[in-house]
Amino acid sequence: MARAKNRPLSPHLTIWRWGPHMALSILHRVTGAGLAVVGGIGLVWWLLAAASGPESYALFRAVATSPIGYVFLIGLTWAFFEHLFGGLRHFVLDMGAGYELRQNRFWSLCVMYGAVIVTALVWLWVFFGK
Amino acid sequence: MGSGTGIGRVRGLGSAKAGAHHWINQRITAVGNLLLVVWLVVNLFTLPGLDYHSVTSWLSAPLVAVPMMLMIANAFWHLRMGLQVVIEDYVHEEGVKFGVLVLLNFYAVGAAALGIFAVAKIAFAAGGAS
Repeated sequence: MARAKNRPLSPHLTIWRWGPHMALSILHRVTGAGLAVVGGIGLVWWLLAAASGPESYALFRAVATSPIGYVFLIGLTWAFFEHLFGGLRHFVLDMGAGYELRQNRFWSLCVMYGAVIVTALVWLWVFFGK
Repeated sequence: MGSGTGIGRVRGLGSAKAGAHHWINQRITAVGNLLLVVWLVVNLFTLPGLDYHSVTSWLSAPLVAVPMMLMIANAFWHLRMGLQVVIEDYVHEEGVKFGVLVLLNFYAVGAAALGIFAVAKIAFAAGGAS
């Protein structure tokens, strides 16, 4: 790479006032990566355990329903809704809509609060409502 | 960036001319995930039981096994592209980047193959037994 070092960079990260859309952008990547690795491995482990017989499945079930297992399951649920709602917001942005400052801020906050609220409702229902 | 000169193109700098295709595929698989992963999550939370027999008999129905296989293919395709972009953004050393991208492709294709095979084994084994 014969590129000169110390080329001027466009100013980013440091000069902008922090806003919810920036946090959401980072969260979208973090939750995507988390779902991709933890969710992907968990899903395949679950299916392989079911395909391998009752003993393998019992081991998976014991791990998944342990306290740490529940931390992972609830974390994955939140990451799923965060990435889902954030992805829906991206479809709107892809159409060129929703970039006005107030709208952008409003929908960014909706995605973040919505993911937490729906995750809480789902797990409250699992633990107490079912 | 070198996309304007002949030598720059020879060195592989500048656009690879595949960005739009990658971007569109990311959105198409996002729509697929919207349908298929939501289908999976709703079922996980509403199935009467997640014990071995409930799960394997559920997975052996054709209208469950096929969407599950499609879900695996679609989700791992989506995460392969998403993690590729993350890696390209944060891993700058060319050799390391190539190695990590190789690992990503092995993970995405390998895990998806394992998952699809597991679903097929459950579905066909149930068909043979009944």
